[in-house]
Amino acid sequence: MDKIETEQNMASTELPHVQLGKAPLPESPILLGWLRQMLLIREFEVRTMQAYQNRLIGGFCHVYIGQEAVAVGSIAAVNPDDPIVLAYRCHGHALARGMDPKYCMAEMFGRIGGCAKGKGGSMHMFDAPHHLYGGHGIVGAQTPLGAGLAFATKYEDEVLHDGKSQHVTLCYLGDGAINQGAFYEAMNLAGLFNLPVIFILENNRYSMGTAIERGTTMASELHTKSAAHGINHAIVDGKDVVSMYQSFKSIADWCREESRPFFVEAQTYRYKGHSMSDPRKYRTREEEAREEGSDCIDRLEKFLCDEHDLTTDGIKQLTRQVKTQVREAVDWAKNSPETPMDELYKDVYVDHWGPFTGTSKPEMLQGEDE
Amino acid sequence: MSERIIEFRDALCEAMSEEMRDDQKVFLLGEEVAQYNGAYKISKGMLDEFGPRRVIDTPISESGFSGMAIGAAMRGLRPIVEFMSWSFSLVAADPILNNAAKMLYMSGGQFGCPIVFRGNDGAGGQLGSTHSWCVESLYANVPGLKMAIPYDAYDAKGMLKTAIRDDNPVFFLESERLLSTTGHVPQEDYTVPFGQAFVRRQGTDCTLISFGRPLHFCFEAAEELAKEGIDCEIIDGRTIRPLDIDTMVKSVKKTNACVVVDQSWSFASIGSEVASQIHRYCFDDLDNFVHRVHSDDVPTPYASNLEQAYLPNTRKICEAVRSATYNT
Ligand SMILES: Cc1ncc(C[n+]2csc(CCOP(=O)(O)OP(=O)(O)O)c2C)c(N)n1
Ligand SMILES: [Mg+2]
Repeated sequence: MDKIETEQNMASTELPHVQLGKAPLPESPILLGWLRQMLLIREFEVRTMQAYQNRLIGGFCHVYIGQEAVAVGSIAAVNPDDPIVLAYRCHGHALARGMDPKYCMAEMFGRIGGCAKGKGGSMHMFDAPHHLYGGHGIVGAQTPLGAGLAFATKYEDEVLHDGKSQHVTLCYLGDGAINQGAFYEAMNLAGLFNLPVIFILENNRYSMGTAIERGTTMASELHTKSAAHGINHAIVDGKDVVSMYQSFKSIADWCREESRPFFVEAQTYRYKGHSMSDPRKYRTREEEAREEGSDCIDRLEKFLCDEHDLTTDGIKQLTRQVKTQVREAVDWAKNSPETPMDELYKDVYVDHWGPFTGTSKPEMLQGEDE
Repeated sequence: MSERIIEFRDALCEAMSEEMRDDQKVFLLGEEVAQYNGAYKISKGMLDEFGPRRVIDTPISESGFSGMAIGAAMRGLRPIVEFMSWSFSLVAADPILNNAAKMLYMSGGQFGCPIVFRGNDGAGGQLGSTHSWCVESLYANVPGLKMAIPYDAYDAKGMLKTAIRDDNPVFFLESERLLSTTGHVPQEDYTVPFGQAFVRRQGTDCTLISFGRPLHFCFEAAEELAKEGIDCEIIDGRTIRPLDIDTMVKSVKKTNACVVVDQSWSFASIGSEVASQIHRYCFDDLDNFVHRVHSDDVPTPYASNLEQAYLPNTRKICEAVRSATYNT
């Protein structure tokens, strides 16, 4: 057979040289918006923990406190129709992407008003209108999906619309997930097929009780793992939303332009336990205090006060606003009816057959043409 | 109208190619599907027609490329994933069972997964135990997926088209042993709907129910048993999810005897499920308990004589029918 030149057998053998500058900082109102989002996420998670204590939330539940800048800074750097897929610690990203907190809370309460009608729970937040393709409970499972979302946007742009690839997918994972085989397969495919996906490693240094160096080789040089798949990398301060955004914007623009993957290690810290039942015996209180000393919200507040005329009153006002918003979300979720029994057999198959009753959209989507 | 006789493998190729011509969202990916024309030459010529963007060679990375295809299906593309063998799908169990089958449910109806996983399933080629999996009983346990097993070229094409057009994930199980068999496949577009079993042989004394390749042994057994005066009715179930139990029940109510032939192992299997349902719905019609023929409860052996003895072969089926009809 004649030799056929395909994109596939032209996979690069060298890491492309990429020098990315930092994107310019947006105007004050946008920066204030980030502060508001980070405050919202933190307040939401505090109320999530309370609701869990009060048994309104069941199962496994993982809060995002401490890591807010990663989701907010990275999501701010891409377009609203760029797909996002993530692991189970997913409330923060859902809110940063624009999901109304009431749908997120109602999902955890197992109510019909939840984003997935109470069928997914804390670890599985989905939001089609906001191009959020789920939290995923199996560690690492979201990484091939991320490659697939990027494959799809590229296929849509290039094959269906006969144009240039113009989307980029954000695929988040924890430092525990870098030990999963699925992630290496996803990186290899992304590198091989030139998929515009950014793998964002949220390195909070622990997977449950396992400190990263107890689970991963080359723990202080994680970029070697992506380099092995021909994927460029960057290391960013995940506790500084400004720097997160500035690096991320250049990276996302480059991935979009070049239709190539990227690996970003965002260095961050989770303040609370892994889930709701973690006494945190594997680390010291001193370490925690040190980490909380460079808190992402404090840092943005200080930056905005110093350079953008934010005042203590302004901060108080924002805080009040998000407290009200979250209280209303909790109330709304409490008042949302329990998911009715007829939902049990819905959404198993698209069509009706046997005991299965087809599918229907959650309340969150009503009015949406999906 | 004159018969158009083609091979089973070409029927599969026609189904994929025609659907890809009709719908640009459909594409094929898998190991060796493009430049090599498919490990079993099913996708022969498809790279030439559709190009490397739609007929995609993947590395040996079942978990990765299955997951990737599922991600693409969540956006509404319609991937066909070829497993060189369903035996190799075991390393992709998490994406195909956890993601494809449950995405619609877990997302509360927001994201479906219109995807076809297809490839060779079953023993019989002296490939040893790792390469001889019959995955139907393992995977049919999972709600959210559909499962289809074609027996002849006509069904191969018609059922694969149905699978590709289905908005749910479909597990499509082909037998390598059947790929070179030939049959009539009409020129015109047609589909074979899911959930409709097919009575392939009419008979009065015993109902034989099977799926895919073991039907071949059912026909051989029916010939032999006919010489003994036992008249078998043979039902090709065609799809396991949905299962057309009604057609099976109707037949058993007529014959009053039933043998289920299933190439997977017996414990918690398609055979045990079908038998249980027949017992339930034909409780007063059965003259004997439902007999079952399976592969023996051991890993698939390599040696030809052992492998043939292990499979649900003609001898075992004949014995089961004689026993079920008190002709021993
Ligand atoms: C395949 C799989 N194995 C184990 C678990 C249990 N588990 C859930 S979260 C977790 C730790 C993951 O840590 P990391 O990836 O660092 O994410 P983080 O919790 O820090 O956000 C483990 C072991 C799982 N959900 N999936
Ligand atoms: Mg971690």
